[in-house]
Amino acid sequence: MSSAAAVEALNKTPYRYGFVTDIETEKIAKGLDESVVRLISSKKQEPDFLLQFRLKAYAQWQAMEEPDWAALRYPPIDYQEIVYYSAPRQKEQKASLEDVDPALLETFDKLGIPLSEQKRLGNVAVDAVFDSVSIATTYKQKLAEHGVVFCSMGEAVKDYPELVERYLGSVVPIGDNFFAALNSAVFSDGSFVYVPKGVQCPMELSTYFRINSDDAGQFERTLIVVEEGASVSYLEGCTAPMFDTNQLHAAVVELVALDDASIKYSTVQNWYAGDENGKGGIYNFVTKRGLCKGKRSRISWTQVETGSAITWKYPGCVLRGQDSVGEFYSVALTNHHQQADTGTKMVHVGPGSRSTIISKGISSGHAVNSYRGLVNIGPQARGARNFSQCDSMLIGDQAAANTHPYIQSRQPEATVEHEASTCHISEDQLFYLQSRGIEPEAAVSMLVSGFCRDVFNQLPMEFAAEADKLLALKLEGSVG
Amino acid sequence: MTSTETTPVCETPVQTGDVLLSIENLHARVEGKEILRGVSLRIRAGEIHALMGRNGSGKSTLSKVIAGHPAYTVTAGAIHYRDQDLLALSPEDRARAGVFLGFQYPVEIPGVSNLEFLRVSCNARRQHRGQEELDTFAFEDHVRDTMAIVQMDPAFLERSVNEGFSGGEKKRNEVLQMALLEPLVAILDETDSGLDIDALRIVANGVKTLALPTTATLLITHYQRLLDAITPDFVHVMAEGRILRTGDKDLAMALEQRGYDWIDGADGADTPQP
Repeated sequence: MSSAAAVEALNKTPYRYGFVTDIETEKIAKGLDESVVRLISSKKQEPDFLLQFRLKAYAQWQAMEEPDWAALRYPPIDYQEIVYYSAPRQKEQKASLEDVDPALLETFDKLGIPLSEQKRLGNVAVDAVFDSVSIATTYKQKLAEHGVVFCSMGEAVKDYPELVERYLGSVVPIGDNFFAALNSAVFSDGSFVYVPKGVQCPMELSTYFRINSDDAGQFERTLIVVEEGASVSYLEGCTAPMFDTNQLHAAVVELVALDDASIKYSTVQNWYAGDENGKGGIYNFVTKRGLCKGKRSRISWTQVETGSAITWKYPGCVLRGQDSVGEFYSVALTNHHQQADTGTKMVHVGPGSRSTIISKGISSGHAVNSYRGLVNIGPQARGARNFSQCDSMLIGDQAAANTHPYIQSRQPEATVEHEASTCHISEDQLFYLQSRGIEPEAAVSMLVSGFCRDVFNQLPMEFAAEADKLLALKLEGSVG
Repeated sequence: MTSTETTPVCETPVQTGDVLLSIENLHARVEGKEILRGVSLRIRAGEIHALMGRNGSGKSTLSKVIAGHPAYTVTAGAIHYRDQDLLALSPEDRARAGVFLGFQYPVEIPGVSNLEFLRVSCNARRQHRGQEELDTFAFEDHVRDTMAIVQMDPAFLERSVNEGFSGGEKKRNEVLQMALLEPLVAILDETDSGLDIDALRIVANGVKTLALPTTATLLITHYQRLLDAITPDFVHVMAEGRILRTGDKDLAMALEQRGYDWIDGADGADTPQP
């Protein structure tokens, strides 16, 4: 079995989450104008500040152009063909899980995210988002005992409006970019986390995003605020059914860390990637940014990106606090006709701020995988340091990998190091494993997983094994 | 070694003297160049063979062809392993069936835990033999016992496969794999090269321990010192893709003294096989 044949095998990837839940939904008509923005806001019974936020964003978005600088090719998106609000019909007040539609609970069960009391994940609180709304959040009581708020954005707007008003858009301004502006105008649900001063959040927090409709976009909005000396670890997971059309996912995530606070944000993204001919799949245009506002604050992004037809995302950190730390650990796997243009932005403002970037891109089939990263060191960031390492692995001879590092420094006393490498999956490594009785497919997945080890080690324990399995699954196929 | 396992169901027992590996008139090429030009060799259970010859004479190529390296194309001839057409099997099936190659230059595999690699590989072989697979805990006990054969520190289990291992450590890791896979035919390609005296003794003792009346060993080597520790039943000398001469341990000794030129002078007909 040559590596070429093993590669051939990668082209038959099963997607286990491709089912559609048959459930009655409330959808508004396709298309976007100011009345739609108002309608979404009124459906969610939002306070006026939020309606104004949306309208301002909508006005800005209308004047903006879709960015075309990424190494991505896709037909123009018709924003009038998208449904901007879709929610499963269920009782308005879901006081307990008994009130949640069993079909929804079953959906999350099938996805491996049990929400019911007796089957819940051990030490993980879960917020489950289905199309445009959050349907349940587990362990809210237990978290509340520690003063930790973990709820859907919709609830946060009602229960903690002052926090939302203060921080929403404070890290990603509404006009930040085309997709962030769109999200700011029409965002539906997402998660809200608030950890008060000095509290170490006692459990992992996790949001699971599920797109179910074939014509609805998902525009979630997540906001995490961690006060002085507090810490939290948060993980998001994402899946969607297999449709032969493309669905738009344009999320915004904002993180705020005050003095000595620490946020660890992990993503396991497995949106439907389209079939082997590149038909269908999610367009994933996401803006994620963390603000290390306080001294010695720390924000760490870990992402395992395996899904989506198109991935456009650059989770970054604005390191404003003195001696603050930003980290980005990324695995992006593309197969078939998937395209990923992903990386990070580390903006060093505060003196002594440090950042680490470890990016592993794996490209197989006809996929294109680009790392795009910015390291910007401002004039005040005396003694700032950055270390970047971008490694690409190519499987087969049809795949492509690009690296676009942008380094800007206006501070002579800063240190920036960048290392990059590209390798092919080595025939000798593959043969070595085979000559020890290991099937080529398992061997390839072992090699890929080894290549990603540095990043997997950063994932919370519970999910590191998951990520490993997910990669193996993505690389699964028949070796002929 | 722990060998309390039940009798394999998928592997018929071997009797001493059974022909395990039979190579007939093997021709093979790599990158368009013919390297093997008619190799014939028969190896029986209970035998230790040594294969010697100049660099480039085809020794390593022969070992890779036996193991099934995809870069090599067999253009003529056959290899039978017990009653199977070995060339029809994939590399992983050859390994599962009990053919082992100890590499001259074991590759490093960053990020892949040595323990996990050894476990998956050991289980692949066990599965073929109808033995139950070992879970992480059972395997860890098993591998720790087995490591004693090559006096390897269990700390090597926590490292990535061969990554940052010294030459000697890599070779010990190869012999450890051999011990775990319990092959019927083991080919060791210059397992002795790059070893200091102590490491050589350890590796040689390990190989000797693993050479049973029911298994066969083919040692590819340049040096008499390995053959001092492991006495071969047969010594073959390769040149230009063929076995030029076959003898017993005295042949190796003569080579050590007189060099390969002495063989070249003897003109190329194959010596009859035992």
